[in-house]
Amino acid sequence: MSAETRTMGKRRPYRRAMDGWWTRNPFFVRYMIREWTAVLVAAYALVLLVGAVRLAQGEAAYSAWFESMKSPFALAFHWVTLAVFLYHTWSWFEIMPRTMPAIFVGGKRLARGVITAAGIAAALACCAIVLALALGGGR
Amino acid sequence: MAEGDRSPGASIEVEVLRYRPEQDSEPFYQSFTVPYAEDLSVLQALQHIKDDLDSTLSFRWSCRMAICGSCGLMINGIPKLGCRTFLREYYPGRVRVGPLNHFPIERDLVVDIEDFVGKLEKIHPYIIPREPRTLDQGEYLQTPRQLQRYLQFSNCINCTLCYAACPQYGLDPAFLGPGITALLHRYNADSRDGGQAKRAAIMHAEDGVWGCTAVSYCSEVCPKAVDPANAINQNKMASAMDYFLRFVKPGGARK
Repeated sequence: MSAETRTMGKRRPYRRAMDGWWTRNPFFVRYMIREWTAVLVAAYALVLLVGAVRLAQGEAAYSAWFESMKSPFALAFHWVTLAVFLYHTWSWFEIMPRTMPAIFVGGKRLARGVITAAGIAAALACCAIVLALALGGGR
Repeated sequence: MAEGDRSPGASIEVEVLRYRPEQDSEPFYQSFTVPYAEDLSVLQALQHIKDDLDSTLSFRWSCRMAICGSCGLMINGIPKLGCRTFLREYYPGRVRVGPLNHFPIERDLVVDIEDFVGKLEKIHPYIIPREPRTLDQGEYLQTPRQLQRYLQFSNCINCTLCYAACPQYGLDPAFLGPGITALLHRYNADSRDGGQAKRAAIMHAEDGVWGCTAVSYCSEVCPKAVDPANAINQNKMASAMDYFLRFVKPGGARK
């Protein structure tokens, strides 16, 4: 008997296919949504980048770009992007405690929820500051 | 068992994935009707099937108290330990039991975890003393804070539920995976250990921490709250630092 037949015998390990793996568990569906929101986040970064390029080209170019941002399509895009950003922000800070070393405060480990809440609070504070600067600068 | 726990004659349907390599070309579900009681675990249901209904059913188990890590199963699609999952969580619905996902099925509910064991052997899963000490010098001392750095990761029982939860491992079995990375980190993070350099190549590889996309389902299913996703993602930072610091350390880039 060869070494191979001796070790394998009647073994015939069955490998299962991975097709459609993410549809089999709601947790994976939420993961896929989180990953796809990143695509829209990147797309919006490109929109802002185009705006910056138009600004460098002069006032007329920037004004034309700014007007184009007021079209119904652009407005709808902004609302969708805002919703996606909110989910993206939440999902980002939701996994943040899993991505960093444990933090100890007074000998006790900081709970996951506290880290998530602190991250979201920081994001909200940044948004408020940017919004205040933008509104203040417009005056 | 208290008398009141069992409603006489109650039963529950348990579907079990069968695969007998010598006669089946592919796995199929077989249904069994098992007596139901509030305090019966899924493992006990399988034992009932094997003892009284079909002695050809194969599955792994040992301790019945969630410490040996043998009875990992897909229970209604979720990786769980059979011994600490109870029929009452599903009653009066049916329970569907399968072998752990992402591993080749050897027979029925038994999977081939040779890949996992091989990876475990590779990571030097033991303390490599940072500094040699003689018996006269006494034990290696450690503060509670130093213990906290690795304690949760040392609770791993090698049950491989996290591998069944990890789609990245399912898509590419070359990925080191959650549990082994958690164990690797358990030794690296131990103040008594000095074996980080020996484990570095495995951890920093593309199939090491970088194979993870932070699905983090591994940490959800872990029966011992090890949080393997945390071990992996902490080490992504360590791996990135190791890569970039070579360029600023004197003579580092030549390594």
